[in-house]
Amino acid sequence: MTPFTYARATGPADAIRMGQGDGAKYLGGGTNLVDLMRETIEHPATLVDVTGLSTAIEPLDGGGLRIGAAASNTSLAAHPQVREAYPVLARAILAGASGQIRNMATVGGNILQRTRCTYFYDDAARCNKRAPGAGCDAIDGFNRIHAILGASPACVATHPSDMCVALAALDATVRLDGPEGARELPLAALHRLPGARPDVETELRPGELIVAVDLPALPFAARSTYRKVRDRASYAFALVSVAAALDLEGNIVRDVRLALGGVAHKPWRAEAAEAALRGKPATAENFRAAAEAELSAAVGLRDNAFKIELARRTIVAVLGELAEVQA
Amino acid sequence: MRFIVNGASMEAQVDLRTSLLDLLRDHLGLTGSKKGCNQGACGACTVLVDGTRINSCLALAVQYQNREIVTVEGLAEGAALHPLQAAFVEHDGFQCGYCTPGQLCSAIGMADEIARGVPSIVTADLSAETIPLDHDELRERMSGNLCRCGAYNGIVAAIAETFAKEPA
Repeated sequence: MTPFTYARATGPADAIRMGQGDGAKYLGGGTNLVDLMRETIEHPATLVDVTGLSTAIEPLDGGGLRIGAAASNTSLAAHPQVREAYPVLARAILAGASGQIRNMATVGGNILQRTRCTYFYDDAARCNKRAPGAGCDAIDGFNRIHAILGASPACVATHPSDMCVALAALDATVRLDGPEGARELPLAALHRLPGARPDVETELRPGELIVAVDLPALPFAARSTYRKVRDRASYAFALVSVAAALDLEGNIVRDVRLALGGVAHKPWRAEAAEAALRGKPATAENFRAAAEAELSAAVGLRDNAFKIELARRTIVAVLGELAEVQA
Repeated sequence: MRFIVNGASMEAQVDLRTSLLDLLRDHLGLTGSKKGCNQGACGACTVLVDGTRINSCLALAVQYQNREIVTVEGLAEGAALHPLQAAFVEHDGFQCGYCTPGQLCSAIGMADEIARGVPSIVTADLSAETIPLDHDELRERMSGNLCRCGAYNGIVAAIAETFAKEPA
């Protein structure tokens, strides 16, 4: 691990002041960053500890919820209002990592965790994320866990978060603060597709800090869920996951929210599937057609083409489950 | 830096890169917590911080100054084993014993989580105020602790006997 300096921030302004300058990184629970530093993939010159920032989870005026970026994954999943109003978020978080890691990991850190592409972690391999322009050994390598949507010739890595898939489905907004002032970004617009610059993973500006995440009021999200398909029953990253909320009027889909995990460089909001479903009867045939619409642009690599059908089937299964619940 | 470990205040001057696990083992002489994978996958390094279980290998020690840290060395009361330790002996909850300190600390933290009503991915009813520590809940909640000897049946039996109202 490369030497670094450390400072603990007392508030957002303090953190942003200390977080300016090349090589500064914000440190939450450390569950990903410390590991990457030990592997010498990350080598920050300065760590600004932001675990002292807001951990509050509070109702917003007019409905919705504001989540302090330093709130732990466990506290968010266990929060009574999350369990009742946004079960998809509670289940997504609980589907991820282990009890120990969920206790350490912060909401801000979960959003900014980096890919678990094995070639990214292997410094003997070529990786355009680690060394821009070096090439990608995953594209023609062992790529069973890699992306089927939105990938580029430069990178086929996936974003590993479960929580973010639920946040994308729920139209969450990320509240940022930084040297140039405060602003907001939709969660679904925070992460980038790889394009030619897979090393630039988010739209965050230098020194910008995630301060909070806002969930809008979405009454029908009380009927929502998350399903994660993985190689073992617990403590594994997703091959494919689906976050969904379904609003039915009789048997007609009045509204729907759908997002996929494990398939792309970012949490994948399935807008094509949503559009295909609105106003249609909630039938298995229509769920299948919506899944086909979303996956029509999917591209399989040598080892991961199974994910395309897996994603379709998981979408159909999850929507079917929610339709049953609501009937 | 000042640390509070098993109720005792301790001073240590350590490099900022030192993990909480290395602090405990190499600087404070508490070698009960084990280094298995050193990347958060195996749980052998699990300790309690302010009653909450964490992987000490992924924790930078500097972040844990002045927090109440409990390691496996802090579980027994003198010569009297913690009930969970006694149950591990009774149920053969180990073979080589390397994962045991982490299993013990993790199970104690896990029992506290379920007592506080923290759900898991196998909890069917998220609105339930009390969640039974049944077989599926116990195994899901302990999935962050690996045992390469495969003593899981004994581990589950020991944790269930200690913390569950019904056999898991």
